[in-house]
Amino acid sequence: MNTPEPFLGATSHSPVRHHILSVLVENKAGVLARVAGLFARRGFNIYSLAVAPAETKARFSRITIVVDAESAPLEQIVEQLDKLVNVVAISDIAPKDALERELLLATIKTDVDNRTSLLDVVGNYGAAIVDVDAGSVTLMLAGTPAACDELERELENYTTVELHRTGRVALPRLGKAAAAAVPD
Amino acid sequence: MGGLFPYLTRRNIVQLTGAQALIKSLEMEGVEVVFGLPGGAILPVYDPLIDSSVRHVLVRHEQGAGHMAEGYALATGRPGVAMVTSGPGATNIVTPIGNAHMDSTPLVVITGQVSSAAIGTDAFQECDITGITMGITKHNFLVKSAHEIPRAVAAAFHIATTGRPGPVLVDVPKDVTQSMMEWWYPSSIEELDLPGYHPVVELDEDRVAQAVELIRAAERPVLYVGGGTLKSHAAAQLRAFAERTGMPVVTTLMARGAFPDSHPQHLGMPGMHGMYAAVTAIQKCDLLISLGARFDDRVTGKIPAFAPHAKVIHVDIDKAEFNKVRRADVSIRSNVAAVLSAWDEHQARPQDLDVWWKEIDAWRETYPLVYDEPVEGAPLRPQFVIESIARAAAPGTIVASGVGQHQMWASQFWKFEEPGTWVNSGGAGTMGFGVPAAIGAKAGRPESVVWCIDGDGCFQMTAQELVTARAEGIPIKVAILNNAYLGMVRQWQEMFYDERYSEVYLSPDLPDYVKWAEAMGCVGLRATNIEEMHAAIATANSINDVPVVIDFRTDSSEKVFPMVAAGASNDDIMVHPLQREPQ
Repeated sequence: MNTPEPFLGATSHSPVRHHILSVLVENKAGVLARVAGLFARRGFNIYSLAVAPAETKARFSRITIVVDAESAPLEQIVEQLDKLVNVVAISDIAPKDALERELLLATIKTDVDNRTSLLDVVGNYGAAIVDVDAGSVTLMLAGTPAACDELERELENYTTVELHRTGRVALPRLGKAAAAAVPD
Repeated sequence: MGGLFPYLTRRNIVQLTGAQALIKSLEMEGVEVVFGLPGGAILPVYDPLIDSSVRHVLVRHEQGAGHMAEGYALATGRPGVAMVTSGPGATNIVTPIGNAHMDSTPLVVITGQVSSAAIGTDAFQECDITGITMGITKHNFLVKSAHEIPRAVAAAFHIATTGRPGPVLVDVPKDVTQSMMEWWYPSSIEELDLPGYHPVVELDEDRVAQAVELIRAAERPVLYVGGGTLKSHAAAQLRAFAERTGMPVVTTLMARGAFPDSHPQHLGMPGMHGMYAAVTAIQKCDLLISLGARFDDRVTGKIPAFAPHAKVIHVDIDKAEFNKVRRADVSIRSNVAAVLSAWDEHQARPQDLDVWWKEIDAWRETYPLVYDEPVEGAPLRPQFVIESIARAAAPGTIVASGVGQHQMWASQFWKFEEPGTWVNSGGAGTMGFGVPAAIGAKAGRPESVVWCIDGDGCFQMTAQELVTARAEGIPIKVAILNNAYLGMVRQWQEMFYDERYSEVYLSPDLPDYVKWAEAMGCVGLRATNIEEMHAAIATANSINDVPVVIDFRTDSSEKVFPMVAAGASNDDIMVHPLQREPQ
């Protein structure tokens, strides 16, 4: 699998070309494949995607899709998604109205020389140490995609064993339009 | 009221097998005919079929079942139903499913699947048909328990026939059809459990009024009628609206029959092989009113050059069509009939159209459909063959076709007067569609005469279904326009590839179509000249108990005109050589 190019739209100082779709779907087998397949066959680009049961747990799931709004008009992406029978509701959250968060987990090699500076990085970013052994540390950051980007760049100064990011989830800022609501 | 367990209602304390429940569900949906072919995984379902009121047409290849179901749906307006087994049975029906998806044809396809426990183990005749058809169905289901069968079938029919119609596949594992369930059948939409499916919306009155404003300002309007007009049974409303407003009408390949070809306001088909006046009126119009059309590339040609001066009103039941190809000034999500009625209530009327009609009439007079004079002793002109069949045909005759030159000529030279008389593969362009689709149409409307206008290339793809037609007593008539070539490809090679003919020659004599027809229990005839042509048509029209196949020997060099080259502007339409200025 190819790693995508760094996604510039995620940082605050670059032009925004991504949109966040909060998609409420029926929690049934194959629904993720239907959504992913639609994006693939229509040539819409996904930057990240996160799926988990929605607030009513068993019946619905929420898929947060960060889409490249330059690969296709956003209207087309939304309307084609809406045609999937298992898609219950879609809300398009403009980046400026979105509260976006992402989780980063990274295992970093440590030794006596760099342990202190790494702990400083952890402190500066508000990250947390979640596991430690003699030669490595696993740290975690839950923050904005921009903060995760910055931490990831900082960690290039160290030897990274593994680094995982979840892809973002988002809700609208208070006072803005609600995310796709679970039906009654 | 016969059928399987006729005493059953929507809820009974009675145990049925899943297979019985499946057949009973089809009966509950009013299905009169299923086109199919049995096999291992679907075997349990074929047992209760023996006792059912549902007719089964046993096809010779599963692709035939799918196209028959499509032909049935296009001719009757009711959903077509096909049933096949797992694995290759299922993959063989993928082409018709894709075809129905492109043309928004309501279809319910039942596929057998290996037993639940075997799914995912690469079992014999296993394939992931719900995965394969995900992108070419409106929706599909893998049924997990016998109790769910009625809901899946009812939901399949609901989804296939509402909103923008389309194919729905129901995949049923063998253990599910073999296990027991307590009979029930959904009695409301709510019981279908489709929280994300909302096919019907209220008409947006503001947008209706905005469209009325555009109509009132228009001096050069065109009604661009697409398949959605037929799907929403809006032919009567279309005619009333067109006659009240005096607007010119064009009907796309998918909409032939939605407006009478004999009507003076009808300019014919637009697009790549459309009528000159239809294509040019769209290019010059100031208001394009799209009624259930989707701005297909075969209609628009080069998109930036398409109808460059027009404001666009786009009416469609599927809002994903709005602004997909052409930005609309006003888009209205609705079925076509409701919008036309609303506009009538507003008394929407354009400006005086006398000047516009004078221009249009000049185009019609200068560039009518033409072809070279038939010559005695020379191969038949395919256009003349179609006109001759049409002249001898009873009103209301249904015409099916394959895909290629013969299809374009059929659309051009047959005069369609009513909905449901043109059975055709549009968006997908599926060669071999004609024969099985004609059989499906005839099964659905046995009182109507059904002609299949076919090409020799298309005929060879699905001709085996004439065995089905003979065995099942479905007497269709097939006209093979035998020019010994894959004619449309030949035309492109002649025009765009320096006459370098690559892999398009088929031979007029191999196979021997007359012997082949006879071997399949049909009457086989051959016509090599004008006299034989008229005689063969008369003979075919006199035979109504078995299928008839006529091998018409036609001129290989004939090309379809007018033509807009692929990707060219519709302004650069090429007319027939007879109509060109001398160089």
